[in-house]
Amino acid sequence: MPDPYSLRVNGVDCEVADSDLAESLLFVLRERLGLTGTKNACTEGECSSCAVLIDGVLTCSCLVLAATAAGQEITTVEGLGDGRDELSVVQEAFVDEGAVQCGFCTPGLIVAVHDLLETNPEPSDGDVREALSGNLCRCTGYGRILAAVHSAAATKRSQP
Amino acid sequence: MSDVVVARSLDEAREALAHQPDATVLAGGTDLMVEINRGLRRPRCVVGVAQVPELRRWHIADDRVVVGGGVTYTEMMITALADAAPALAQAARTVGSPPIRNAGTLGGNLGTASPAGDTLPVLAALNAEIVVTGPDGERRMGLDDFVVGVKQTCLRPGELIVAAELDRPRGRQEFLKIGPRNAMVISMAGLALVADHDARTVRCALGAVAAGIPRARDAEAWVAERIDWDNGAAVDDAVADEFGSRVAAAASPIDDHRSTAAYRRHAVAVLATRALKRAFSSEGDGDA
Repeated sequence: MPDPYSLRVNGVDCEVADSDLAESLLFVLRERLGLTGTKNACTEGECSSCAVLIDGVLTCSCLVLAATAAGQEITTVEGLGDGRDELSVVQEAFVDEGAVQCGFCTPGLIVAVHDLLETNPEPSDGDVREALSGNLCRCTGYGRILAAVHSAAATKRSQP
Repeated sequence: MSDVVVARSLDEAREALAHQPDATVLAGGTDLMVEINRGLRRPRCVVGVAQVPELRRWHIADDRVVVGGGVTYTEMMITALADAAPALAQAARTVGSPPIRNAGTLGGNLGTASPAGDTLPVLAALNAEIVVTGPDGERRMGLDDFVVGVKQTCLRPGELIVAAELDRPRGRQEFLKIGPRNAMVISMAGLALVADHDARTVRCALGAVAAGIPRARDAEAWVAERIDWDNGAAVDDAVADEFGSRVAAAASPIDDHRSTAAYRRHAVAVLATRALKRAFSSEGDGDA
């Protein structure tokens, strides 16, 4: 059993005690900290439904041993909004463009698009496809997701 | 000692492994965590090395590139390392997706030692020397001696992969891979080809078509005699085709859930022909 450790999630320090060595960050976020926005689908890095930012780096939380993330800044989909109960520009764009069907892949996509637009404010279609190549969506066919990314990028560029 | 140690320096990692030689070394987690999540592995103790700064660096030393075991696929693609080892960058770009490339490391690819490990043919073609450290001090070996079987390495208990040292030859490098799509695929066949205009050699290594990472040495020697090293004329189509057949002879593929032996043998021949033509095209100056 690992010693109790503390995870910093969305700016809040969260104690994790009595944990099992084998727990992934995904498991701890959902089952111990109640942050169920991060989705559990494949648990093998194939689908990116569980994507989070760790020290600003896009990461599949299912592939992180939770105890090793102590001391790092973890941002989940719940931490991306521009304020309490407010949606981020990316989230708004997904709603406006109808880029959501069943919604299971959406949180991972939102995190990945935030990451993309951080470094590439005006991505081409190819850039978006490559950036989201690990995010599996089985409903939408990706067309509206692509439109939402371009729309979010345009909105962000127009902001001061 | 806790069951989970997050090493913050190479000394800390060495010390933790000296205390617990049977500990499992965790780098980017892209292989190990899959097994843990599926319940296939239950490590008693884990030493995390993803935050060891010494492992995350790379540098050029004379005619070699020294790549730390903790360097990620993303770093291989976007830093100046991509210029120092172009085939490594090409291989890195074919691995998984951005979040996988942010996590997975060169040392992890070596430690897993899968025949389908995408960086491994590149390491073989660049005459890599693998540097490991452990209770008995530092050891160095070629890839052939490091990978001793499917997912088996020569690492002894308590040892850690520190770096891979690669050649930096003057000439083009190619990495090519076959899979069902351009992202998120495990290789069905892979190939690295390196031209060395000073030594006047071509080096070619294969992935996912044998238990290890074979070099196509007969094909390499055969084609080196047929390259126009002095004038840089494009390689003959017939030579490129014959090279493909000879490279395929170095493969010993199997049928499995990803592909068939026959397709894999066909695929490496096509990849070899394609890589040779790219490395020795007429517009190429050989200095790329």
